[in-house]
Amino acid sequence: MTTFPERLKTLHSRTPDRVALTLQFSNADDLSLTVDQLLCGASSYARALTLAKIQPGEVVVLILQHGEDLVYAFWGAILHGAIPSIMPFLTEKLSPERYRADLSALISVTRPAAIITYPEFEAEVRGALQEGDSVREVIVTDKIEKQIDLEFDSLAGFQRKPEDIVILQHSSGTTGLQKGVALSHQAVFNQLDAYGKALNLNEDDVVVSWLPLYHDMGLIAGFIMPILSGIHLVLQSPFDWVRAPYKLMQSVTKYRGTLSWLPNFAYNFCAQKIRDRHLEGVDLSSWRVVTNCSEPVRWESHQAFYEKFKSYGLKREALQTSYAMAENVFAVTQSPLGGEPAVLEIDREAFMSERVAKLASEMDASQSAMKMMSSGRPLGNVKVKVLDENRNELPERVIGEIALQSDCMLTGYYHREDATQQAFHDGWYLTGDYGFISDGEVFVSGRKKDMIIVGGKNVYPQDLESLTYEVAGVHAGRSVAFGIFDEEQGTEDVVIIAEVDSEDPAEQQKVADAIRLHVTKNSAIALRYVKVVDPKWILKTSSGKTARSANKEKFLKEM
Amino acid sequence: MDSILEVLEKQIVSQILKQPNRKIAVDEPLISSGLIDSFSLMDVALYVEDAFGVRIEDTELNADTFDTLTQLAALIDSRKK
Repeated sequence: MTTFPERLKTLHSRTPDRVALTLQFSNADDLSLTVDQLLCGASSYARALTLAKIQPGEVVVLILQHGEDLVYAFWGAILHGAIPSIMPFLTEKLSPERYRADLSALISVTRPAAIITYPEFEAEVRGALQEGDSVREVIVTDKIEKQIDLEFDSLAGFQRKPEDIVILQHSSGTTGLQKGVALSHQAVFNQLDAYGKALNLNEDDVVVSWLPLYHDMGLIAGFIMPILSGIHLVLQSPFDWVRAPYKLMQSVTKYRGTLSWLPNFAYNFCAQKIRDRHLEGVDLSSWRVVTNCSEPVRWESHQAFYEKFKSYGLKREALQTSYAMAENVFAVTQSPLGGEPAVLEIDREAFMSERVAKLASEMDASQSAMKMMSSGRPLGNVKVKVLDENRNELPERVIGEIALQSDCMLTGYYHREDATQQAFHDGWYLTGDYGFISDGEVFVSGRKKDMIIVGGKNVYPQDLESLTYEVAGVHAGRSVAFGIFDEEQGTEDVVIIAEVDSEDPAEQQKVADAIRLHVTKNSAIALRYVKVVDPKWILKTSSGKTARSANKEKFLKEM
Repeated sequence: MDSILEVLEKQIVSQILKQPNRKIAVDEPLISSGLIDSFSLMDVALYVEDAFGVRIEDTELNADTFDTLTQLAALIDSRKK
């Protein structure tokens, strides 16, 4: 039984001068920080929280971009015993008004005591505050006293107990920001122990990551796990990576990276968009586990990635998969190392209509087969089962809702007892994801009801539909949003359909452009298809609700 | 210049927006409006390099470098020389 601060102290006492973290930038040299430097920087933030009279156990929201301040503020909050939660930074794509509204929504549910941000962003943050809300301090980075001595004894974080909440994770969008996943020290360590075994984690490992820290994959696999396990982490910014994906390969080469995590789309993106001239001297032979996680995993994506990079030393057996969620800290499953993830060939028709995975070996030659790649086996501390609509356990290869039990579950959705209650049934966490089990391997077939997953990011369709209603010419209740899988990109494309009164094509085009602009500005989600249709196009259920899957089928037929 | 504009417009509406019949005004904002997202921006850069032999560096992939067809065409034109 231990806590984050205790673990950090142990790491510091063993090897204070080991490089813990290397930060990479698009316009500056790499910055490597030793354990001692990291914790000194963190303790300056712990001091600032003490001076601001923030109590251990209170939530501190971090609104910072990739860089030193973010890592110091995060670990500083930990050393102080406060609960850090990282909120995405405002980008040029998102409208400041929407950002402020989202921040206000987060504040009203999560009730943080402080927010840490840059001086140039302070006014924006204060704009989201309201009289009488929970925020007592907005701490700006340039007021932090740097260069202070590291004195573990004076840090309040050492009073925390293993069962106390240590971090909060939010998913994105208006809906996601109002559901913070609260995790305890103990839950995180239980995850790290079990996941470390599945990965065969050892001190020679080097994690290379560009994933954002406000998502579970980036926060746990690409930040907390390497730091608390005493493993070198090389961290890039997601915004730099998307403009220069080859930098991941160059960093693996430079630092002899062994472990990375990528959402499925990144395999296609890297395979299609990296130029050979950017791969001169690249050597990926050190990469031992590259884990595909956070959106449905595709064998075709692994294939394309392998074909592109095999001549640069990429090993086929390095390509692995995982099924993960913030509510379980991170990983639920991992494909066994040493081989390729299991792939089943199943009957496409039976899969779609009967909700069963019928093996291709049992099919007629005339039927069409599809490949499904496994997300691996449950970690040692996790039990997985598949349930029908009445919550009865289903046999192998029958598709149902995935439920799990483990010793690394969330403490609860923070200040959302209602949502926490709903999430569990009979001691099992109901994931809302659909899938099946075959020979102990977990196959995930679909996601959270109508949730759209684009580029590894979960998007609630109702958030996009609400935004569409704000556009002039669109009436409330007359829009539908959903995702359709894009083979080439390896992820989902977002579709919005909206009914308007006008049947004039020029007018319809104008509304379509307005929807695209408004939704993108207010969600930072790019829309691939915006279709404006005549009244009565959208299918409704008998109770008047929008039937997203029926509309999706109709859209695909008309394409 | 005209032909560059037309070629760019055709490429963007057919390959990125997937609305081949759509028209893009030469001064219509593409990036700041959300019409072209960061993933697709890379496609524009790769296309420009292949079609015109002009490189757009990754640090330049933002609305400050170009946001409209006119600006992109001017950028291509200035680098072709």
